[in-house]
Amino acid sequence: MDLRQKLEILADAAKYDASCASSGTTRRDSTRGGLGSTEGSGICHAYAPDGRCISLLKILLTNACAFDCAYCINRASSNVRRARFTVEEVVQLTLDFYRRNAIEGLFLSSGITRSPDWTMEQLVRVARTLREDHGFQGYIHLKTIPDASPELVEQAGRYADRLSINIELPQAQTLKQLAPEKDLPAICRAMGGLRLRIEDAKDAARTARRAAAPRFAPAGQSTQMIVGADASDDATILTTATDLYAGYRLRRVYYSAYSPIPDASRVLPPTAPPLVREHRLYQADWLLRFYGFSREEIMAGGERGMLDLALDPKTAWALKHRADFPVDLNRAPRERLLRVPGLGAKTVDRLIAARRHARIRLEDLARLRVSIAKVAPFVVTDDHRPRLLDAGDLRDRLIPATAFAHAARPVQMSLFG
Amino acid sequence: MIATVLPGPADLGAWRSAARGLLGAGVPPEQAEWRVAGDAPGLFAGDAAPPAATSPFHVPRAFVALAEIAIRHRDPERFALLYRVLWRLTHGEPALMQVATDADIVRLEAMAKAVRRDAHKMHAFLRFRQVETEAGVRHVAWFEPEHHIEEAEAGFFVRRFAGLRWSIVTPRRTVHWDGQELRFGPGGRRQDVPPDDAVEPLWRAYYAAIFNPARLKPGAMRAEMPRKYWRNMPETAEIPRLIADAPRRAAEMVARGASLPNPNPQKPRHLPPPSHVEPDMDLLDTAADPKEALAALARELAGRNDLPDFARRATQLVFGEGPPGAPLMFVGEQPGDEEDIQGRPFVGPAGRLLDRALAEAEVPRGETYVTNAVKHFKFEPRGKRRLHQSPDAGDIAYYRPFLLREIGIVGPRLLVALGATALRALAGKALPVMKTRGTLVEGPEGLPVFTTVHPSFLLRVPDEEAQRREYARFVDDLRAAHARVA
Repeated sequence: MDLRQKLEILADAAKYDASCASSGTTRRDSTRGGLGSTEGSGICHAYAPDGRCISLLKILLTNACAFDCAYCINRASSNVRRARFTVEEVVQLTLDFYRRNAIEGLFLSSGITRSPDWTMEQLVRVARTLREDHGFQGYIHLKTIPDASPELVEQAGRYADRLSINIELPQAQTLKQLAPEKDLPAICRAMGGLRLRIEDAKDAARTARRAAAPRFAPAGQSTQMIVGADASDDATILTTATDLYAGYRLRRVYYSAYSPIPDASRVLPPTAPPLVREHRLYQADWLLRFYGFSREEIMAGGERGMLDLALDPKTAWALKHRADFPVDLNRAPRERLLRVPGLGAKTVDRLIAARRHARIRLEDLARLRVSIAKVAPFVVTDDHRPRLLDAGDLRDRLIPATAFAHAARPVQMSLFG
Repeated sequence: MIATVLPGPADLGAWRSAARGLLGAGVPPEQAEWRVAGDAPGLFAGDAAPPAATSPFHVPRAFVALAEIAIRHRDPERFALLYRVLWRLTHGEPALMQVATDADIVRLEAMAKAVRRDAHKMHAFLRFRQVETEAGVRHVAWFEPEHHIEEAEAGFFVRRFAGLRWSIVTPRRTVHWDGQELRFGPGGRRQDVPPDDAVEPLWRAYYAAIFNPARLKPGAMRAEMPRKYWRNMPETAEIPRLIADAPRRAAEMVARGASLPNPNPQKPRHLPPPSHVEPDMDLLDTAADPKEALAALARELAGRNDLPDFARRATQLVFGEGPPGAPLMFVGEQPGDEEDIQGRPFVGPAGRLLDRALAEAEVPRGETYVTNAVKHFKFEPRGKRRLHQSPDAGDIAYYRPFLLREIGIVGPRLLVALGATALRALAGKALPVMKTRGTLVEGPEGLPVFTTVHPSFLLRVPDEEAQRREYARFVDDLRAAHARVA
């Protein structure tokens, strides 16, 4: 098998992992040797026709795997073709792509073949070779094996910018059913362990002599949950997500719609991926982290544990809390402005700065590229009072006429109809 | 009309000293015309020579920061717009920069945003090709930025590829880096850069393989990677084929349905047995070794399938710690955030305070066993924190039988209840801590229970004086408790 065939198999095997972040790590450059730089914000070097960003070379070291996770293309009982990179091949590909400015770095994962430690050791070897032999300053994301030894995790954190362990499913029972070798409590303990090391390294960097601080995954940890592979509802998924953010200080929880794979398991027959649901979960996640919404409030916008598919979760929440509106754009405090559908955090801050010097009018919102149709029913300005707030058909009026919302509608009816 | 001719298209220094001169001479924005050397003069080309720069004006830092970016915009109006904003800032509108809704500010912000986006796309979409020259390997790229960003963004590529030798060719400028210094030259042509590179077939193969045909969203792709960039990115040649084949590939996957399991599945070679351990149902705690009995009790509790809901959201069970046979057994409320992560009792802030107080009271650690009435962390997530939630009577009752068995195995001579939850669990009924404090009440199996506050109470005392007083009292309590078993 030549290198190109291996690359095709092992990229194909890695593409169901949604993470592509290359941001939030320490600032580095190559002016004192080596290759590469990281400057804070991530860079998406290309976009695939699935709309996803390509920032890192995202591959598996091998797709041979002894675990039989029903949702995974690489499960032990799958008929997929198996391949395996050598450490040197991954290092060379990373450097070759990086020098052409095609990637920010490497996201390396692996099937588990011999033992957790053996697999983790291989991943660490790639990262160590890149850093120590080639002075690679770019971004490295390593998948962490929950049962790997503390020494290997320590080394992984020294070379990687980000570490991640995928929780895969939001509940222990369904994970046990679909991924018999995986153990949710063990995954959580490992994430807790990563949190402690990440915080220790941060504290050390802040307090002690900076140069002597032990480096550990400066870009933190993240995880991924598959949406639609088990029967968990959105409330369960968001409960787990909020617990993960609060308990293990994750930088990100990724939601990945369960997607058909070329060789599906009988336990999980292939169906179209629930992309709209995935999108709504990301929006809800955003509201949780940056808009001061609680999980209960977000879920109050939906029905029976599921988010409203036809509307974004903030609008859905507002429609069920009409008594909280309209909000006066010239007077309301920041927390209230953040609750207005269609107003992002950045716009809110600009409005607050602007209104100290000038009155806000509805036309000003258009200049700030805010959707008037979305905002108008919920706000008061000198030149505008909403009329439709109590209208019975406000919900229908607010459903955008985009293809995306249109795609959501039939599902919506079957759920709530 | 006064015309100013700037030496370069994005020369902020030259614009600034010209603007200073105009401002000093009181030239209003309508009277100032701007152009770049080499550009054709406007219809009403001014003939008056621009005044010389005078002393600097104070302008908000936000203006300078925005001007530095916006001046790179290709819009010929940018200089005039900047001057108009400068004029307004110095003529009665000093807070103009904060009025994000002002038409001039909106336009200036939009220009800066376009320039930043152009720079970001240059960092992202520029592709180098490797060429062999007589002087060795060189990386060259052809890129077509929309705005005048070549000089400003050269630094990004220097920081990233300081060890390589490279050239970036654009229609307006060329940038060369030889490992030591940057050189700028006039613009070039696409043909100055070779049409392909040995690694490109691999990169294109990667691009095609990382695409998931079941998630086709070409609109989302084009929003972030507009077509105008495609012609300089080798991988985009794959796009038409990928889009055209996607519906068929996705439909085939669904139509094919599930496949039969591989008759020769991948086998573990030396995977250890799963870490999951069957709960030990040793109800009478009969293990001869008390350490083993405690471990068995912990396993039994962790493995129960009727745990309260909050226990499932905790990371792990946190059991007691200390030598069996310790004469003093401290019982707290429940593990907190750090205890939950580490799986050990009293390792968080309250635990560290207890350690300090025990040391001060000269209570040897070898004589103490520490545990909690409730053995999972009960919390409510709030952003990046987990807020402690007090266990209710039902939670205490659930864990009580396990606490009593733990006491039975450890066999202390005195139980120390730290706070109300522990007191309730040990006394079997709710008692007021402050009234019971320092006295003995009867606990399980007739064991004496000594009551004091939970160390977390000390952490919540607001003023320093009261803190010192309460801490001293807590140390006294520990000393008194120890005296009873000494």
